[in-house]
Amino acid sequence: MADTHAHGHHHEESFISKYIFSQDHKMIAKQFLITGIIWGVIGGLMSVLFRLQLGWPLEKFPILETLLGHWAEGGQIVPEFYYALVTMHGTILVFFVLTAGLSGTFANLLIPYQIGARDMASPLLNMLSFWFFFLASAIMFYSLFLPHGPAAGGWTIYPPLSALPQAIPGSGDGMTFWLIAMALFIVSSLMGGLNYVVTILNMRTKGMSMTRMPLTIWAIFFTAIIGVLSFPALLAAALLLIFDRSFGTSFYLADIFIGGEALPQVGGSPILFQHLFWFLGHPEVYIVILPAMGIVSEVLSTNARKPIFGYMAMIYSILGITFLSFIVWAHHMFMSGLNPFIGSIFMVLTIIIAVPSAVKVFNWIATIWKGNIRFTPAMLFAIGFVSTFIAGGVTGIFLGNSTIDIQLHDTYFVVAHFHIVMALSAIFGMFAGVYHWYPKLFHGRMMNSHMGYLHFFATLLTAYGVFWPMHYIGMAGVPRRYYSFENFTTFNQFDGLNAFISACAIIGFAAQFIFIANFFLSIFWGRKSKTLNPWNSNTLEWTTPLEHFHGNWPGEIPEVHRWAYDYSKPGAENDYIPQTTPLTEEELKEPAHH
Amino acid sequence: MAYLIGGIVFVLVLVLLYQIGTVFDLIAINKGQDDLYEKSNKYNALFMLGFMVTFLVGIVWSSVAYSDTFLPESSSEHGRLIDEMFNITLFWTGIIFFITQILLFIFAFKYRMQKGSKRKALFFPENDTLEIAWTVVPAIVLLGLLVIGVKSWNKVMSPPPAGSIEMEATAYQFGWIFRYPGADGKFGKRDYKLIDGTNSIGLDLTDEAAKDDIYTSDVFLPVDVPTLVKIRARDVLHNFYLPHFRVKMDAVPGIPTRFWFKPDVTTVEMRENMKDAEFEYELACAEMCGAGHYNMRRTVTIGTMEEFEKWLSEQVTFASLIDPDKYAMAESTESEMMETEMPSDSIMVENQELTTDSLQIN
Repeated sequence: MADTHAHGHHHEESFISKYIFSQDHKMIAKQFLITGIIWGVIGGLMSVLFRLQLGWPLEKFPILETLLGHWAEGGQIVPEFYYALVTMHGTILVFFVLTAGLSGTFANLLIPYQIGARDMASPLLNMLSFWFFFLASAIMFYSLFLPHGPAAGGWTIYPPLSALPQAIPGSGDGMTFWLIAMALFIVSSLMGGLNYVVTILNMRTKGMSMTRMPLTIWAIFFTAIIGVLSFPALLAAALLLIFDRSFGTSFYLADIFIGGEALPQVGGSPILFQHLFWFLGHPEVYIVILPAMGIVSEVLSTNARKPIFGYMAMIYSILGITFLSFIVWAHHMFMSGLNPFIGSIFMVLTIIIAVPSAVKVFNWIATIWKGNIRFTPAMLFAIGFVSTFIAGGVTGIFLGNSTIDIQLHDTYFVVAHFHIVMALSAIFGMFAGVYHWYPKLFHGRMMNSHMGYLHFFATLLTAYGVFWPMHYIGMAGVPRRYYSFENFTTFNQFDGLNAFISACAIIGFAAQFIFIANFFLSIFWGRKSKTLNPWNSNTLEWTTPLEHFHGNWPGEIPEVHRWAYDYSKPGAENDYIPQTTPLTEEELKEPAHH
Repeated sequence: MAYLIGGIVFVLVLVLLYQIGTVFDLIAINKGQDDLYEKSNKYNALFMLGFMVTFLVGIVWSSVAYSDTFLPESSSEHGRLIDEMFNITLFWTGIIFFITQILLFIFAFKYRMQKGSKRKALFFPENDTLEIAWTVVPAIVLLGLLVIGVKSWNKVMSPPPAGSIEMEATAYQFGWIFRYPGADGKFGKRDYKLIDGTNSIGLDLTDEAAKDDIYTSDVFLPVDVPTLVKIRARDVLHNFYLPHFRVKMDAVPGIPTRFWFKPDVTTVEMRENMKDAEFEYELACAEMCGAGHYNMRRTVTIGTMEEFEKWLSEQVTFASLIDPDKYAMAESTESEMMETEMPSDSIMVENQELTTDSLQIN
């Protein structure tokens, strides 16, 4: 369809079909990205608010009462609102920023560009995917202003807490809105994911065999497969929860006495929900991290001017991670009363997943070894990604071990672990991607490099400043999701450290506005790239013209003759050879790299 | 108004920063460099190196500074197993962490693109030996950790040894109700539909075993005796968490869970060790349970068997709380009953003032 669609001729498109209900993958990518950035600011601001409480629990901040009204009476956030904030912070960052914002942006931007297609297999489905996400966003956003507040039972929405408004005010309307928004979100994610898989399998240009695809595409491909296979489990979990909440069923509820009455539900199992939730919830962290891994592989190779090391090993390790990501979910439930034997099986599977992860790390490090490194802002973030992925990855070996998890489960050690390995790393990958492909998003304009450097170092320092000390607090046994530690002598000995963390969080949050200013100002003031291919990259997207039009290439789609990583190849004139360059006589004789 | 001005200043600062950045970008280009990155490359590489030093030195320094608080002294047998597992893991992952971080940042610094240098990157796309090496070596280390891990896990999760005493902890929003089985050593049946203002756990008093079940508002356990804790929840998920004993288990409505452990340091000994006369072992909730989640503290006291029996004898039965007229007052104390194996329907002394808080139904 796409092929007949545009053969060089520009459509005159109306404002609405070009900017709003656009079916062009590039515009949809921008829509996802900008929505994601807005969510990022909201979610980040929430963390600043609850860090104020944790950093200075006895302090009053009159500005909070001005802003939040009865949620911060006397200038201090009330517990109900504190829990709403941590719940929404998690929901927003995991789903709306790091799933939709990251996958939505880069899958849409890069799949057609890098495989050489004029658009997605179904541009219509692609457009719907964004608008379902937008609808989900609008509903989730609205839930923030409900009289009893948004959902407040944790982003994992474990019933019975999430099922019973008597248990916490946020489980009333807030939870209803949460469930509706997430159901729409899942629909959006499924439409996107199916489209990505189909497009990658069917619409590669001539010569673009699977093993010539850039690793970004491989990563997105597996991400989409994980999403398509695991999100339905969350949808099922959410539907059953809706039944329990509204129609008196007892899938998850049993033997509950609350609010002075014994509820009629018997026979349900809260553990069932946890299984269903984590059947998505764990693959979800790979949905978040794999696209970042793909972006980082591409950015490291391009800017080290060196082929990605172990291209096939990278693909196999993604494949391994994808497969294993489906069979490790119960490591979130070691302390839920799970049968210890099942616990030990999940411990083994969980620890195994560290192997492909380690392979990736060593390959990235080998990629920059003896490279010729150009520190673009994207490259800085890519190296930062490898650092955070290591730092957060090794603590996974502690937590995946169910014996150690007895002590560390639900402490700040866990908070430190998943924020570093998943949140920071994925955000770093996302930043790397934005800085790297900005010229493709905004017609050849470049982001300001020096602001990018400042943004990177400010972010790296404050990010570690926030999350590293959390290991120590967690190792002392301090539980997460505590509004205050004043009641416990065991937990109440880290005032100084908590204030330090909060200070870093506030500075780190403020530093993100360097990025936001850079992003939005560069749309208008950014330096125009002198060439089509500002980073001297091999991949196909850099052969498209600066001006966007639906169809990507004005003439024929270029044919691909080689893999994406011929950087600094001996005998070649330049230190890069675009994928469209035919193989030379000598190259034909040597065994193919792929 | 002040906030508005502050906001405007913030935006202006950002715009100013952007302009300064643009000037830097343009200067770099105007100096005739073919690539913007050659000048800034040196500084970025140095900053990377500087970051690495700050980061790694900071880690070592802060680890030493806070080492006193890491894993507070374990007061249970299996807790030391967990700590040992933690330390072994820390050792191996620590090595991997430092090696990979140092290589990453050193390579980034060393192999930076340099002004005027004609050096090209090494074309080195793959090497099977290396791939196999860094697949197999981590796999072996992890296998070692797994073997120890599964072994200790099975030990910790093994069935409670004979001679264990039992207690039951019931979590509710936001507190705990504890039950000891009384002289018969058996817990009476409970049914959540029987819960009301006085019957806080829904004890079924038609069950003979229920009549001597003892209610307590805090925990007291004998030292060096394995204790099996039966864990229940009345409303939402909670978690029975004893940081000093390395005990953590969810309390699940409708599904009883359990955890056994052997405390081996008494509260008095701990107070001496810590040089803190007010030290108390604490029980906390470690599963998000609502607005009062952070507020479910109870104290846990570990004493000698004699102290434990004396303490238990001073507690009241659930029966006397539920139906004070029928199950009131008796002469014997709990400790005597335990020694003499009195019939389970014998009556308990009520010599402790009940706090309204401890029985409050939320």
